[in-house]
Amino acid sequence: MFDRLSDKLGKVFKKLKGHGKLTEANIQEALREVRLALLEADVHYKVAKTFIDRIRERALGQEVMTSLTPGQQVVKIVHDELAALLGGEAPRLELGGKTPVALMLVGLQGSGKTTTAAKLALYLKKQGRQPLLAPVDTQRPAAIEQLHRLGAEIGVDVYRSQPQQNPVALASEAMAAAVAKGHDVLLLDTAGRLHVDAPLMAELQAIKADVGPAEILLVADAMTGQDAVAVAQNFHEALDLTGVILTKVEGDARGGAALSMRTVVNKPIKFLGVGEKLDALEVFHPDRLASRILGM
Amino acid sequence: LGKKIIDAELLEELEELLITADMGVETSLGLIEAVRDKVKRKELTDPARLKTHLKAEMLTLLTGVAVPPLHPGKPHVVMVIGVNGVGKTTTIAKLAHHDLEQGEKVLLVAADTFRAAAIEQLEIWGQRAGAAVIKQKTGSDPAAVVFDGLAAALARRVDKVYIDTAGRLHTKVNLMEELKKVARTAAKQIEGAPHEVLLVLDATTGQNAINQARLFHEAIGVTGIIMTKLDGTAKGGVALGVVQETGLPLQFIGVGEQMDDLRPFEPEAYLEAILG
Ligand SMILES: Nc1nc2c(ncn2[C@@H]2O[C@H](COP(=O)(O)OP(=O)(O)OP(=O)(O)O)[C@@H](O)[C@H]2O)c(=O)[nH]1
Ligand SMILES: Nc1nc2c(ncn2[C@@H]2O[C@H](COP(=O)(O)OP(=O)(O)OP(=O)(O)O)[C@@H](O)[C@H]2O)c(=O)[nH]1
Ligand SMILES: [K+]
Ligand SMILES: [Mg+2]
Ligand SMILES: [Mg+2]
Repeated sequence: MFDRLSDKLGKVFKKLKGHGKLTEANIQEALREVRLALLEADVHYKVAKTFIDRIRERALGQEVMTSLTPGQQVVKIVHDELAALLGGEAPRLELGGKTPVALMLVGLQGSGKTTTAAKLALYLKKQGRQPLLAPVDTQRPAAIEQLHRLGAEIGVDVYRSQPQQNPVALASEAMAAAVAKGHDVLLLDTAGRLHVDAPLMAELQAIKADVGPAEILLVADAMTGQDAVAVAQNFHEALDLTGVILTKVEGDARGGAALSMRTVVNKPIKFLGVGEKLDALEVFHPDRLASRILGM
Repeated sequence: LGKKIIDAELLEELEELLITADMGVETSLGLIEAVRDKVKRKELTDPARLKTHLKAEMLTLLTGVAVPPLHPGKPHVVMVIGVNGVGKTTTIAKLAHHDLEQGEKVLLVAADTFRAAAIEQLEIWGQRAGAAVIKQKTGSDPAAVVFDGLAAALARRVDKVYIDTAGRLHTKVNLMEELKKVARTAAKQIEGAPHEVLLVLDATTGQNAINQARLFHEAIGVTGIIMTKLDGTAKGGVALGVVQETGLPLQFIGVGEQMDDLRPFEPEAYLEAILG
């Protein structure tokens, strides 16, 4: 697995030794290998295509054509461009403006929203903030209890939501409670939902309109496949996301979905979830994820 | 795919269709290569027949599978495993609901003692479905819960037992060991138990599902696969690769969050959804 792409490209270019000069066709073959590596890593078909078009020009440039190690050159170009695409603006939480500042976590079922809400609460608490966790998932059995347990574990207050309440009303009540009790951050844990579920997407829009969150973060599983594009697109269209949090990153998934989502949403990947424990939250390094997507 | 001839452009469209269904590079390109050969040898010329042809090919990939013999047991013990958040607990509720409707007596064992409120979640599902739940405190040894659960199952003469396990990544060696211990505990108490080990995969998962299936199968010996969340836009095409890699049958699919959102796996319908 280690350096597989480099090995493959090495082979592609070795075949041509003796032929003398590199040709455009040689580079095309190398780019084909790159494309397959991206697809194997779950980068979306169209995103991979656009990416290859983008790097073609650089790969055809002098630095590769005249290089003694064209394989390594191509890998370096691919890696750098990938990291640049994944990176961008500084991934920090937007906590300016009127307090309490609301942060809203959204995403598909089981992606890690509730766990991540607690992780963020702990992270903010360590920075001297006084967060309030608010369960607005009245759907999943024991979802409210789950957040209460996690809040107790890290010593963060959790709003007393009741499962028979309406999620939109709940979010507003939680905001009022945050104001009354002097919290400076409100973390809203919403129920998992499919991006194509119109009534549930409208519910999120209503919560957004009422609470006016400074951040709406899409929580997504690092193991997600090609569906990442449709998911990100729909959530972004409905809510105008401010960022993405990738979970379950400590496993062996290549994480190509991150590139798909980053491309669609065009907002930073802010954090990585790297375990089930509540301190298993890391800031994002585009460099590392680029290497991982390429299987290096 | 409404074309006159099967040309490079059509094959590229096909490639996009298969890859975006999460079928993976190897399976997709393999199928396309076979089509290309047939076109060259003039065995396949009509684009209208392309879909039928592919479907047949894919069907053989899915059905060359030997269903492992079921060791009948009373009570029949089923362990449900998989990575975090794929839908194990919900699927157990669905399976229990199905069995209860068939008139079977069902017991649920809350062996996820790790995740916050996992026990409460299973209890609520147990109440809704009408099945008793055997549990201990959060943080207790899952094998001890299973020991209690199977003792209760024998005493109460139930037909079926479902063991809910904590989600774990297949790469975590210590957690996989814990799962083996749970299985060993079951075997000591009831001959042949667990009689079934069902691996739950999430349809939104990409190529990593193959690693999941391989490592869980190597560690515990899986008997069947359930794919959840097929009610969204994800096609779950990685299942073909999973079946190729493990030889395990896909048995059920999950199509929603409610108790009756479970269906038997039907290869034809599944492939129809991929090929459109
Ligand atoms: N390994 C690992 N597991 C994680 C991570 N983040 C969350 N999980 C686990 O993933 C599972 C689902 O997490 P939840 O926080 O309940 O997910 P959710 O998005 O709130 O789920 P719903 O509310 O049902 O939509 C749980 O078992 C978590 O412990 C992570 O970074 N790594
Ligand atoms: N749309 C949809 N959601 C599902 C399906 N199956 C489960 N879910 C949802 O997925 C989320 C996670 O389900 P759980 O049953 O808690 O998953 P789990 O594998 O037990 O999770 P852990 O125990 O934390 O590893 C919940 O919000 C479920 O309602 C399905 O077939 N379709
Ligand atoms: K998931
Ligand atoms: Mg949740
Ligand atoms: Mg569970």
